[in-house]
Amino acid sequence: MSATGTSPQPSTATGAPMTEQHSPLHDEHVALGAALTAFAGWQMPLRYTSDLAEHTAVRTAAGLFDLSHMGEIEVTGQDAGAYLDRALVGNLSGLRVLGARYTMVVQEDGGVIDDLVVYRTGETTYLVVANASNHAVVLAELRDRAAATGLDVQVEDRSAATGLVAVQGPHALAVVEALPGLAPDPDGPADVTPATLRYYACLPMRFEGRPVLVARTGYTGEDGFEFFVDADGTPALWRALLAAGADHGLVPAGLSARDSLRLEAGMPLYGNELDRTTTPHDAGLGRVVRLDKVDADGEPVPFVGRDALAARAHSAPARVLVGLQGLGRRAARHGYAVHASTQPDAPVVGTVTSGAPSPTLGHPVAMAYVTPEVSAEGTELAVDVRGRREPVRVVALPFYRRPR
Amino acid sequence: MAAELPATLQYTAEHEWVDDSSPVTVGITSVAAEALGDIVFVELPAVGDTVEAGSVIGEIESTKSVSELFSPVSGTVAEVNQAVVDDPSLVNADPYGAGWLLRVDMTSAGPLLSAAEYGALNP
Repeated sequence: MSATGTSPQPSTATGAPMTEQHSPLHDEHVALGAALTAFAGWQMPLRYTSDLAEHTAVRTAAGLFDLSHMGEIEVTGQDAGAYLDRALVGNLSGLRVLGARYTMVVQEDGGVIDDLVVYRTGETTYLVVANASNHAVVLAELRDRAAATGLDVQVEDRSAATGLVAVQGPHALAVVEALPGLAPDPDGPADVTPATLRYYACLPMRFEGRPVLVARTGYTGEDGFEFFVDADGTPALWRALLAAGADHGLVPAGLSARDSLRLEAGMPLYGNELDRTTTPHDAGLGRVVRLDKVDADGEPVPFVGRDALAARAHSAPARVLVGLQGLGRRAARHGYAVHASTQPDAPVVGTVTSGAPSPTLGHPVAMAYVTPEVSAEGTELAVDVRGRREPVRVVALPFYRRPR
Repeated sequence: MAAELPATLQYTAEHEWVDDSSPVTVGITSVAAEALGDIVFVELPAVGDTVEAGSVIGEIESTKSVSELFSPVSGTVAEVNQAVVDDPSLVNADPYGAGWLLRVDMTSAGPLLSAAEYGALNP
């Protein structure tokens, strides 16, 4: 056999250092017998037992993920909101306190440097969460942009000091409610609990006395919570969540399940659907670009990438991100060519960005950039799967939507 | 990882195993099955196909990745394991038993390794 690896890519693919960093939960993963993999310069769990079992647990009960490799960057200062409006494509000054927003940092030409989740943790404090593979470049960009604006803002890297674990799945709330030691923060809002916490909102709490930021966010297409906690306190939180979740079907889940879950949910992965040659609009995420945002004087905010993205917003796209349902059994994978049909002479009309056999749906799924002419739902195309054309059909994203 | 390599089998560097029955039985090793993760699709040649040692004769796909299957021997396919085509998880569950892949009327073998030699390549 000769294995063809798919995402997550090894650390060498991202230019990350070969000496891999360890999560604060490394010893927990080893003790659980996880298969570890190099990912973006970190050694992280690929799976604990079975990719499919972990995937299915998240869809039907709950999974516990270690995301401590993600980059946490704190932005503070009187002008923090105004600064983020200049540095990112979204409207962050307009984000309510304890709200969260999916946004992006782009180049002047509109190419995506990273996709981010930003939490407004206070009136003048924000937490920016970057992909592990882009953490260093995002930090450098945010610092450069802070210096360029001259605004009153500090950009601090909190990644090494911060652990991040996620509970995802329909039983996530039950797991969190069963967690002993989780208590309200005396300075937090008195009327919000995990049960009433809204999607894309966060809540400062205490776990065994330590500050923990609980967020209702995730990357699986399920309900779920993410816990930002200091690195030293992460193992105790992890163990307590595993114990509390035992009665609710919670299992530890690795990066392999994370990737198949996010693909079914139609969520982009940086390095696959997003990169510096891609604009948010290309990826169907033009809604995150807020060309209408204004400063305190009511003037349009000249954020980095604004001119290029304003032009892009009003021009016909060269390519469109679509979902592809495999009609055969062989799955399209990252980088495979999309053709207009299964005929041998059919021209190339696109490229697959992510693909896998969908555990939930039972057939192959893929995301691909294709030319607009073939992007309509129902269009039948073909993917060159290692020399053979496999028929696919353009379908709406996401492939999977959780029942409510 | 390289636990329990049956000493009675011979192996390829590409993670296939072959036994000494007639026709020979071919499968993939526990090392390969573990590296792939949960196998969800197995494509095998047809009975009667001629196979060459070292040539690609099928595919084994998991959620996470896909691998080509190389024939460890030359000959003619005598039988394929329809049970693993119908339920590919058999390969993970029992790679040296119920998860066998095909049987080949062998005319010659490719380069094969002992369990100790294969184990040394996959510590």
